[in-house]
Amino acid sequence: MNVTLRVWRQANASSEGRMVTYQVQDVSPDMSFLEMLDLLNEDLTVKGEEPVAFDHDCREGICGMCGVVINGTAHGRGNSPVPTTTCQLHMRSFEDGAVIDVEPWRAGPFPVIKDLVVDRGAFDRIIQAGGYVSVNTGAAPDAHANAVGKLKADRAFDAATCIGCGACVAACPNSSGMLFTAAKITHLAMLPQGQPERKLRIKNMIAQHDSEGFGGCTNIGECAEVCPKQIPFDTISQLNRDLIASLFSRDGK
Amino acid sequence: MAVTGLIMIGFLLMHMYGNLKMFLGAEAFDHYAEWLKGDILYPLVPKGWFIWIFRAVMVASVVLHMYSAITLWKRAMDANPSAYQVKKQLAQTYSARTMRWGGIILAGLLIFHLAQFTVHSALVAGAYTTPYEMVVGEFRIWWMVLLYAIWIATVCMHVRHGFWSAFATLGANTSAKARAVLNGCAWAVALLLYIGFMIMPVAVFFGWIN
Repeated sequence: MNVTLRVWRQANASSEGRMVTYQVQDVSPDMSFLEMLDLLNEDLTVKGEEPVAFDHDCREGICGMCGVVINGTAHGRGNSPVPTTTCQLHMRSFEDGAVIDVEPWRAGPFPVIKDLVVDRGAFDRIIQAGGYVSVNTGAAPDAHANAVGKLKADRAFDAATCIGCGACVAACPNSSGMLFTAAKITHLAMLPQGQPERKLRIKNMIAQHDSEGFGGCTNIGECAEVCPKQIPFDTISQLNRDLIASLFSRDGK
Repeated sequence: MAVTGLIMIGFLLMHMYGNLKMFLGAEAFDHYAEWLKGDILYPLVPKGWFIWIFRAVMVASVVLHMYSAITLWKRAMDANPSAYQVKKQLAQTYSARTMRWGGIILAGLLIFHLAQFTVHSALVAGAYTTPYEMVVGEFRIWWMVLLYAIWIATVCMHVRHGFWSAFATLGANTSAKARAVLNGCAWAVALLLYIGFMIMPVAVFFGWIN
């Protein structure tokens, strides 16, 4: 199959970007979206042009590195029949001869570094602000020493599957990082290990989220719709609950 | 945002209920209007005080609600310095998308509504002697009924997203099922408000109340 790509090209963080049109020939329907971009880049390299820069690593849908906005939806969710990362989106989801728009995540806290690559360091700093448990190392504890109810364990596990790709921010009309933050809050709030720092964690992570310049949540729901790991939208209400509870207790209690 | 919004939804439900007293006749409605402005909480507070306490709470709610909305809007704009060339929404409802501009439009019409029925400086039909006559006189005008039909529609759309959103912000969206229930309740409240508010002006227009 042949496709026409309209790709965002931007030389570096400070330069102006624009959409550039490319033809990609002989695309296999079984190629992933990234393999199709590889094909384009091989072609560009042969022609002596600058290849399109894009982030990627595992190409198995679990690392969170890849991610572009395809035809106006993060990870091409609008084209994919199932929640997906860009690397797991296949060209069979597109028609032969399709015109496909490819853009980077657009949000103030995610500045474009080059072409389709954005700096998601803001997410790292949110995690550094409280997305951890302080456990003194020592011998491994006995299994079942800390019993966790099945429902809570499931919920913690579901939330912990967040790969930090940033699609939630890219899709949000407010550019809010709330689903990402809520996933970590919910993950740790469901587990006994997360309890000692629970109230302090929510305050610190929200403060960091806001200071990074992310917008506020207005409960629209675009984030959960594009999330490749299907982080539930209701984790945000868990975050709100913890935040409200933390307002009535002193820091660290 | 959520708390002030829910206070205002509570007020809307009460206001709607009060309007329906029009169906009980002039005496009942005028007596109700009199009670609203004078007798509530008397003798706990002197006559006529409650309405001003109530108005102060409402003004504070509106101001704080708008302040929160403007803050959120500004943060959203700051967080979105460059727009997408192509953007497709997957989950957003029309009500959710129009919360901001819709809010401005309904606030503008609120000023007209207050000038008309509270301050009495924008009465279209002219002189009246009782609240009942005033309501009947104003809603005899076809475009006034139409204007209110449109305005209440914007209010109810705002309530449709606002009701669910307020509860989600306060932590009530605990599961996919809870989300469905909250959205269902939001629809129910919005429809109840629309029907409850519009049934009286329509009845006046067609002469069922006169």
